[in-house]
Amino acid sequence: MDYVPLVSIFCAALAVAFGSLGPALAEGRAVAAAMDAIARQPEAANTISRTLFVGLAMIETTAIYCLVIALLLLFANPLLA
Amino acid sequence: MNSPLESLVLFQVGPVPITQAVVTTWAIMVLLVSGAFLLTRRLDLVPGKRQAILELIVTTMDTQIVDTSGANPAPYRAFIGTLFVFILVANWSSLIPGVEPPTAGLETDAALALLVFLSVIWFGIRSDGIGGYLKSFAAPNPVMIPLNILQSLTRVFSMFVRLFGNVMSGVFVIGIVASLAGLLVPIPLMALDLLTGLVQAYIFAVLAMVFITSTVEDGQRAMSEAVLSPTDQKKDP
Repeated sequence: MDYVPLVSIFCAALAVAFGSLGPALAEGRAVAAAMDAIARQPEAANTISRTLFVGLAMIETTAIYCLVIALLLLFANPLLA
Repeated sequence: MNSPLESLVLFQVGPVPITQAVVTTWAIMVLLVSGAFLLTRRLDLVPGKRQAILELIVTTMDTQIVDTSGANPAPYRAFIGTLFVFILVANWSSLIPGVEPPTAGLETDAALALLVFLSVIWFGIRSDGIGGYLKSFAAPNPVMIPLNILQSLTRVFSMFVRLFGNVMSGVFVIGIVASLAGLLVPIPLMALDLLTGLVQAYIFAVLAMVFITSTVEDGQRAMSEAVLSPTDQKKDP
């Protein structure tokens, strides 16, 4: 029996599952800190939310990397070729 | 289901396969260039409605450039603005049925990131000269040279994977939901996709601006330190 497709699918699921854990926690902290800052200084809301969006996209990139790895495993697996 | 990493070939011109992304890209380019040409044909000192809207867009971009970098926006306006408008239109082109956004393909994003990489070099050399640009690699001190070279490559690579991953995952999820649940169910996801497309276009432009200005400033600092350091050393006891 050939285990490579089975292991690939399992690992793709694992990569997405664990890869989204960290960014989710990090984004929660970032948004919480930004909310705190906006509540304290509502006049700086524009600057804070702009920086927040850039920061969130940066954090999200790590999850996106995991997604790309998972898709590579599923659709362009070098071991199956 | 089609792999999101491959691109659909529509037809061949000689030995060159023309993919759907290329056709969409050219359509967007024709739209933007002809739109820009037609809208700016008769500019007046006292703006009308059309010109006021255009001026509002350009002023907003200038404000964003100044806010993120603190630099004079004039040299960067054309490049950064074009990047933003092109990526925005490309991301939102998925709203037209049957059109897959070109930014959901690896090739378009790689080309855009390559443009940013080259423009960092171009603006760096233009403002600091070749010597100043090369000195910007030794920015805090010469030990950092390998890391700075590595960073200039990886940050561009991460930009390209970020744009690709975000846009592609949006298209992919909509495809999965539409095939599982039916016609009207993915509409909220498409609305979310609009927001993602806007944010990603903004972030791409902002990051390009940040990379360019950091290189320019590093180069200028290196130059001024090289000029000032002999006198500084004499003054210091």
